[in-house]
Amino acid sequence: MIRSLILSAAVRILLPLLLLFSLFLLLRGHNEPGGGFVGGLVAASGFTLYALAHGASSARFRMRIDPHTLVAAGLLTAQASGFLALFAGLPFMTGLWYGERLPVIGKAGTPFLFDIGVYLVVLGMTLLIVFSLMEE
Amino acid sequence: MLISVLSGFLMSLIAPWMHRAVPRWSGWLFGLVPAALFCYFALQIGSIAGVQSVSASYPWVPSLGVNLSFYLDGLSLLFALLITGVGSLVLIYSSGYLAGHRHLGRLYAFLFLFMASMLGLVLSDNLLTLFVFWELTSFSSYLLIGFEHERAAARKGALQALLVTGTGGLALLAGALLLGGAGGSFEISTLLGRGDLIRSHDLYLPILLLILAGAFTKSAQFPFHFWLPSAMEAPTPVSAYLHSATMVKAGIYLLARLSPVLGGTEAWHYLVTCAGGATMLIGALLALLQKDLKRILAYSTVSGLGILVLLLGLHTSSAAKAAIVFLLVHALYKGALFLIAGVVDHETGTRDVDRLAGLFRVMPIIGSAALMAALSMAGLPPMFGFIGKELLYEAKLQAPQAAVWITGAGVLSNALLVAVAIVVGVRPFCCGTPSARQHSGQLPVSLWLGPLLLSALGLAIGLAPDGIAFAIVSPAVSAVRATPTLIKLTLWHGVNPVFLLGLLTVLGGAGLYAGRNLLQRAAGRWKSFGSWGPTRWYELALAGMLGLAKLQTRILQSGYLRYYLMTVLGSAFLLVIYTLATKAGFRGAAGWPDALLHEWVIAVMILSGAAVAATSGSRLAAVAALGVVGYGVALIYILFGAPDLAMTQFCIETLSIILFVLVLYRLPRFSVLTSKKARIRDLLLALANGGIMTTLVLTATSEPVQSRISGFFLEHALLKAHGRNVVNVILVDFRALDTLGEITVLAVASLGVYMLLKGRAGGEGK
Repeated sequence: MIRSLILSAAVRILLPLLLLFSLFLLLRGHNEPGGGFVGGLVAASGFTLYALAHGASSARFRMRIDPHTLVAAGLLTAQASGFLALFAGLPFMTGLWYGERLPVIGKAGTPFLFDIGVYLVVLGMTLLIVFSLMEE
Repeated sequence: MLISVLSGFLMSLIAPWMHRAVPRWSGWLFGLVPAALFCYFALQIGSIAGVQSVSASYPWVPSLGVNLSFYLDGLSLLFALLITGVGSLVLIYSSGYLAGHRHLGRLYAFLFLFMASMLGLVLSDNLLTLFVFWELTSFSSYLLIGFEHERAAARKGALQALLVTGTGGLALLAGALLLGGAGGSFEISTLLGRGDLIRSHDLYLPILLLILAGAFTKSAQFPFHFWLPSAMEAPTPVSAYLHSATMVKAGIYLLARLSPVLGGTEAWHYLVTCAGGATMLIGALLALLQKDLKRILAYSTVSGLGILVLLLGLHTSSAAKAAIVFLLVHALYKGALFLIAGVVDHETGTRDVDRLAGLFRVMPIIGSAALMAALSMAGLPPMFGFIGKELLYEAKLQAPQAAVWITGAGVLSNALLVAVAIVVGVRPFCCGTPSARQHSGQLPVSLWLGPLLLSALGLAIGLAPDGIAFAIVSPAVSAVRATPTLIKLTLWHGVNPVFLLGLLTVLGGAGLYAGRNLLQRAAGRWKSFGSWGPTRWYELALAGMLGLAKLQTRILQSGYLRYYLMTVLGSAFLLVIYTLATKAGFRGAAGWPDALLHEWVIAVMILSGAAVAATSGSRLAAVAALGVVGYGVALIYILFGAPDLAMTQFCIETLSIILFVLVLYRLPRFSVLTSKKARIRDLLLALANGGIMTTLVLTATSEPVQSRISGFFLEHALLKAHGRNVVNVILVDFRALDTLGEITVLAVASLGVYMLLKGRAGGEGK
């Protein structure tokens, strides 16, 4: 924990901004530079900044969800996206697409779901390591 | 048919819960499932006996030619009836044998798992499906042998069985793949018609050896027989079911099933006959030398399996007939004897044959069952075993080669088995007074039903063999010979050479029984020789493997990060330089690169960052300098049009610097610097790796790009995957399976880091 007024004041604005930016990266990933991996990293750096300013335990509290759960949920989401194709009678991980264009995310399909899984795993595992190191 | 296989798997899932709900009646309830399956298969007899077969196929991995296809003909029907019939009795028996046991529900689950796998094995028409079920039976056998997992001997026996049969299973897989390749199909029903093609194939001998390795390990043939007696650590119903009536016969099934495809050649003849003959003799001899009831039965089972293998090796019509009949005979009497041994153990608390006597008075039903089973085992009329032994001698006398030797060995081993039959089936019940500890009270029905039914069947079939001959034996022999055959069985053939041989066997057996103490004493003298048997080799191999693993762990896992790094970098260097030198040749730069000013600036920045990192006296400064290098690389990505990579690189650099700082924050300044020698060594290693990487990149880029892959991705990203960011489309769609693997690795690695840190915090570890 670094006692710095500037940092803790800045983090208050930076955390929501970084989280928003990470979602933006995740959503645009399919057509423009971005994607789940880098999105997860950006979100993780947001929380890491928060943890640097306010300590790991308050960052954990702020997150409300345990990093373990994020990792597990991410893996599950990614796998589930692959299994969806099986229900349609196609080989594992065949991309399925919803026909219409949706307002924010554009065309939606299982690869997008998969990307969300990647996002969650990356976010969870980074924070898992960062928090454990900080609490050392 | 799919349902009949799947119902067992389903039952194994719900059995523990059902057992908890109705613990008193669960055994009888569970017994109904295989009994119903038995009826289902029995109803198929009508169509199978008319030389038809029933098949059903479901695609599984069609692109690899793996189908979940089932095929029911005479041979699989015989096995299916055995599996379900004995299975039903064994489930009921278990409820009495292990009444009140803490993990009885688990035992039921394992038994169902095994039953379903075994049914799948004998019904599979696809070699690869068969292999899957084959391994499942090994696996469930492992669970069942190790059922009383608190005892070290049970764990050891389970592991031994798994290792031996599992290794054989791998050989079988290789053999099945080769066979499928040679025959052009993995469907056994198709291969059956292509025997000539396969027997004349170049790979015939490897195929035969691999498949025999699988069958011999599973069916406990010499020299792999040793796992079967060790498997006697399992609860007795398991031994009766898996290790005498069904699982150990899987190898026999495979040989019988494939004998029209692989059999009849000289190699088959010698290999199979010799292995079977040796096993038959050794098993019978060792059986007589044992004291423990179950071990005696185990070795006599080994001998029985040897007889079956020998018969299949002869590959004549009469041998096939004898094999099928003896298979049935053996399953009936051996299953009964095992269950009886279990009852004796359960009631008296001992399995030592020298301490058991006069039990007939205490348990007359079990005693009469034992007598019938022993008579069948000894091959005396009017039991089914008598018919079996007559056919056996007939087949051996008609053996195409070395008939005298084979018959002689047969008489000797059968005489030994007669003596064994007296030891296990007659002696504990008749002579003397009961001396061992006795339970008072009646035996529960569940305990005597199984043995009595099995041994009574041996008598009933002996008296009226016609129905069985037509309904079960004829179709099974037809399947083994791949030609329709009608078999007639009769109990009495009159006095002929075969009968005289039988008489000789019984007399010899009685003599051997009388002289068995002498034999045992003689064997005691040869003990040191016996300790060099296959068990010893198995143990040596296991110990050697563990020793090797320890040695290489000690060398490779020194615990010093710098040595790990040196090993990785050093081997990478050697491998790259070797490949470059032999495959591609070295290419230098074509000329001085014409780079722009800002590119030069970035290059200088990276280089100076690296130099600072290498020479800095403070850890934090070194980390910051490394960060400069990373950002410089990210800038290069931006300049050359890879914004995705650059973005990721920036994030990674930032986060890893934070992580480094967190780790290094509390460490003091470098107090001990490595010696000059070590630093020169590190410098050389670093320079070598850097140099080889540069050369590699230059060599790779000097070739014109001939990749169709990137073209494919560019073309199809938008059309097929609806994305314009090709990098991301590759990650989440085209190569999503790779990504799935990677994020799984990430997740596991992060858990590992977490555990290491928390373990340290808890005061464990270094």
